[in-house]
Amino acid sequence: MIAEAEVDILLNDLYELYGYDFSNYSRASLKRRIVRLWMLDKFPSFAEFRYRVKSDADYLKRFVEEITVTVTEMFRDPLFYRCLRTEILPTLTAKPFIRVWHAGCATGEEVYSMAILLKESQILHKSLLYATDLNPTALEKARRGIFPLGSMKQYSENYIESGGILDFSSYYTAQYGQVKFDEKLAEKMIFSTHNLVSDRSFNEFDLIMCRNVLIYFDKPLQDRVLSLFDESLGQLGYLALGTKETINFSTIKPNYKQQGKEKIWRKIA
Amino acid sequence: MAENSLKRSCDVVVIGGSTGGLDVLLKVLPALKPTLSFTIIVVLHRKNSADSTLEALLASRTSIPVREVEDKDVLAVGHIYLAPADYHLLIEADKTFSLDYSEKVNYSRPSLDVTFESAADVYGDTLVGILLSGANTDGTKGLAAIKKEGGITIAQKPETAQAPFMPQQAIDNVAVDFILDIPDMISFINALNN
Ligand SMILES: C[S@@+](CC[C@H](N)C(=O)[O-])C[C@H]1O[C@@H](n2cnc3c(N)ncnc32)[C@H](O)[C@@H]1O
Repeated sequence: MIAEAEVDILLNDLYELYGYDFSNYSRASLKRRIVRLWMLDKFPSFAEFRYRVKSDADYLKRFVEEITVTVTEMFRDPLFYRCLRTEILPTLTAKPFIRVWHAGCATGEEVYSMAILLKESQILHKSLLYATDLNPTALEKARRGIFPLGSMKQYSENYIESGGILDFSSYYTAQYGQVKFDEKLAEKMIFSTHNLVSDRSFNEFDLIMCRNVLIYFDKPLQDRVLSLFDESLGQLGYLALGTKETINFSTIKPNYKQQGKEKIWRKIA
Repeated sequence: MAENSLKRSCDVVVIGGSTGGLDVLLKVLPALKPTLSFTIIVVLHRKNSADSTLEALLASRTSIPVREVEDKDVLAVGHIYLAPADYHLLIEADKTFSLDYSEKVNYSRPSLDVTFESAADVYGDTLVGILLSGANTDGTKGLAAIKKEGGITIAQKPETAQAPFMPQQAIDNVAVDFILDIPDMISFINALNN
């Protein structure tokens, strides 16, 4: 186990050297991720671990990517996507232009899922998907749109459960154990790094997806980030969170109305 | 030693199970005193679907309030908390829950080890960890962590488990404090109440 004081030292290094501020992250999870990485990379001592983080820029990338958890899936929680498909997107079709923000998009599986939904709702041509994350390496993977073939069976099941009726494999071409998604889907995506802790609002959106990111933040930071989303949502825009996340204890709550039982809220004031 | 352990106060009982674990819980919960002086956390390996039927099933067997954890819930005394499907469940120093969607541990999410270790870190010698039936190695490291922090460790008596492998694995690798069948487990938990 790592001592609390050592966690503080590492977090302080990250802030001073690179400007990453993890001080308001959920501590238990952060600590576990740090210990896990320490074991995985077999550092004999804390001093060696710390030295590597401070002196090796490539290792820093790995460190940040590993402690922030970039695990994701396509059509994760199919019923959530079904709700988007049947309840939410139909209210946007009349708009001349639709802007979606995926905050904390990780390696992009969520963004491709959304592009498929928009395409099937016949509104992809007038949509733009802004996909942002803290981790440049994850974004690089997202940009390429190449995912492991082995995951497709699960994703295809998720897709069907979400109400998809096409052959899921018509969206990609498989080669050497990997699949590449149709470039037509990616044409409407814009990838960029954006740090929810320190960066500002950069546009006005009709739908903001931020799923399984807030769980890594403590309550004060969650509240700040939710205010950032509030500033970035247009009138009657939607905010979609992960299945176990909520806006209920935040200051923005009075201006939002939950849509059914999914974690989707609409801005009503 | 056991006598001393029992006289210590208990803040949290964390119970982990896999194959066969649910059946044990369905026998234990109805036999518990309805007002508990501690918190119970339940982690079960379950199929990763986001259905709420498990919460309802457990709640149907007890008058103790049962809640499937949402992010940042505060641990309340006298409540039973259930780890949600497909997230690891951790506990913060300020006695709130955190969820984590990282890689599976021991092929499992939620993983028993993750919750046990995290609870041990926060609750130290006021924690009781109970490992139930299962066909997995999950939970052994977690019990070791609880033991190391001074908590009480219990394994279900393997002969009474539908899948004896998991409690046996713990018994073989950790000097668990008690090996209990279901009736003894019930008495033990009720005796922690004060
Ligand atoms: C578990 S993934 C969630 C991926 C996807 N939204 C989903 O639900 O499957 C969490 C993502 O949040 C990103 N993240 C963590 N802290 C962040 C921050 N301060 N700003 C932006 N993204 C952040 C991580 O890099 C990671 O890719």
